[in-house]
Amino acid sequence: MTTTAEPAAVEQPASNARLGRWARPALGLLLPVGVALAWEIAVRSGWSNGRLVPPPSVIWNTFSDLAVTGDLQQHALATLWRVLWGFVFGVTAGTIVGAIAGYSGWTHRVVDPTLQALRSIPSIAWVPLFILWFGIFEASKIILIAVGVFFPVYLGVMGAVLSVDRKIVEVGRVFRLSGFAMVRRILLPAVMPGYVISLRAGLGLGWMFVVAAEFLGASTGLGFLLIDGQQLGKPAQIVAAIVAFAILGKLTDWLIVLVSSPFLRWEDRFARG
Amino acid sequence: MLVLDRVGKTYPNGVRALDGVSLEVAPGEILVVIGGSGCGKSTMLRAISGLDTPTQGRVVLDGAVITAPHEKIGIIFQEPRLLPWLRVADNVGFGLGQYPGAERRTRVARALDRVGLMEKARVWPRELSGGQAQRVAIARALVPRPQVLLLDEPFSALDAFTRADLQDHLLDLWADFKPTLVMVTHDVEEAIVMSDRIMVMRPRPGRVYEQIHCELSRPRDRQSAAFDFVKRRVLAALDRSLDRAVITDDGETKAAAGGGLWW
Repeated sequence: MTTTAEPAAVEQPASNARLGRWARPALGLLLPVGVALAWEIAVRSGWSNGRLVPPPSVIWNTFSDLAVTGDLQQHALATLWRVLWGFVFGVTAGTIVGAIAGYSGWTHRVVDPTLQALRSIPSIAWVPLFILWFGIFEASKIILIAVGVFFPVYLGVMGAVLSVDRKIVEVGRVFRLSGFAMVRRILLPAVMPGYVISLRAGLGLGWMFVVAAEFLGASTGLGFLLIDGQQLGKPAQIVAAIVAFAILGKLTDWLIVLVSSPFLRWEDRFARG
Repeated sequence: MLVLDRVGKTYPNGVRALDGVSLEVAPGEILVVIGGSGCGKSTMLRAISGLDTPTQGRVVLDGAVITAPHEKIGIIFQEPRLLPWLRVADNVGFGLGQYPGAERRTRVARALDRVGLMEKARVWPRELSGGQAQRVAIARALVPRPQVLLLDEPFSALDAFTRADLQDHLLDLWADFKPTLVMVTHDVEEAIVMSDRIMVMRPRPGRVYEQIHCELSRPRDRQSAAFDFVKRRVLAALDRSLDRAVITDDGETKAAAGGGLWW
């Protein structure tokens, strides 16, 4: 009886997994598509004039027009470029400082209070200072984004290092690992789940800070499209830029999940997939 | 020969966990350490392993003073402590970094075969039961063929059936190359099943109280009169080590009734 029951038990999750691969993204689209559809119907039925909040069809047309002229790609690439560099610098600094602060109690005591105070400063408060220091061109924008990325990565890495299980470290010690070998074989894999979460949080803040950065007299970027749309009274362009932000933000977050997933297959999580 | 020479350990908060423990363990001997809570059993094991350094005395293995983890000394903890990011085979081969890949794979395969988990080589630790995980921990500790293997209550988290099974299995594995075993337990029956010698410790600070040689033939029958006799001897020694007495409902003072587990 057991032998007949087992294959069915194995097959069931496999077919569920195949179904889940398609059903899950579709479920995620249900809410935005539903809201968009409802708004389109509301405007077409005359319940709203759709002047300040254009319906999806108008936004789509604006999106297409911007894409046809190449403006959308140009602005999206400019924004992506800034986020990429800001992310690289922020992650590098956050990882190094976070790892040292987590590993060394002395450094933690010296550095952490100051960084915690700096962390609570709103992004926009840095803008005048960064313009004075780095000018209005790319440097100030990328540094502002890097600041946004730095703090969640710093906090995540420091917390992950601090919470590495002493008992696991002892296993490394029993096998006489020290220095680099201990970091590579024990500490790095142990902090990986926390690190990936901090990267995702850092990227999210990077996307928020890029808007503030592109408000600083940028002539390209999705943030510029927002300001341009506001000044010229083009709400469809504003919403199109916001949608572009959402799509790019989701895609880059998904990229981190995709790249990190082979390293986290071992996790014993409540929810899988 | 493993020698503890007046080993003592006082923690920074002033707690004296171990005081003047002197001991010699012959190669291939199985020494089981038993005693009440706070008698320094685990502290002693950590000092032997080199994970902690004693504040007095020294641990010597074959003439070398142990001050840090040593390649000739392996340890199995109360929990399996498998590295969750490594598959079972990689966990077993974790301490074999110095060997070429082919030899490492051969040794790992042999070790997994010996603990009956060959088919689990590619699974993650999270997919193992408690008993299986502890078998993997045993394989990991034994695969570098340590001269001394320390066991810190290795079966205490397991159910009685699995515990008895693993005790037999460990003895079987021990017979492969007969390392010195120093095992800490709270379980008197486990101590008698495993040991050549039982060392009873007394607490605050931890000291050696009494040593009982266990010369029953192997495999040991838990139901035999000889086994029961040794058990009563060990329980009596434990009672004395703890100055243990209880007040009955009638107001009488008498020695505590011996149980199977002590902590």
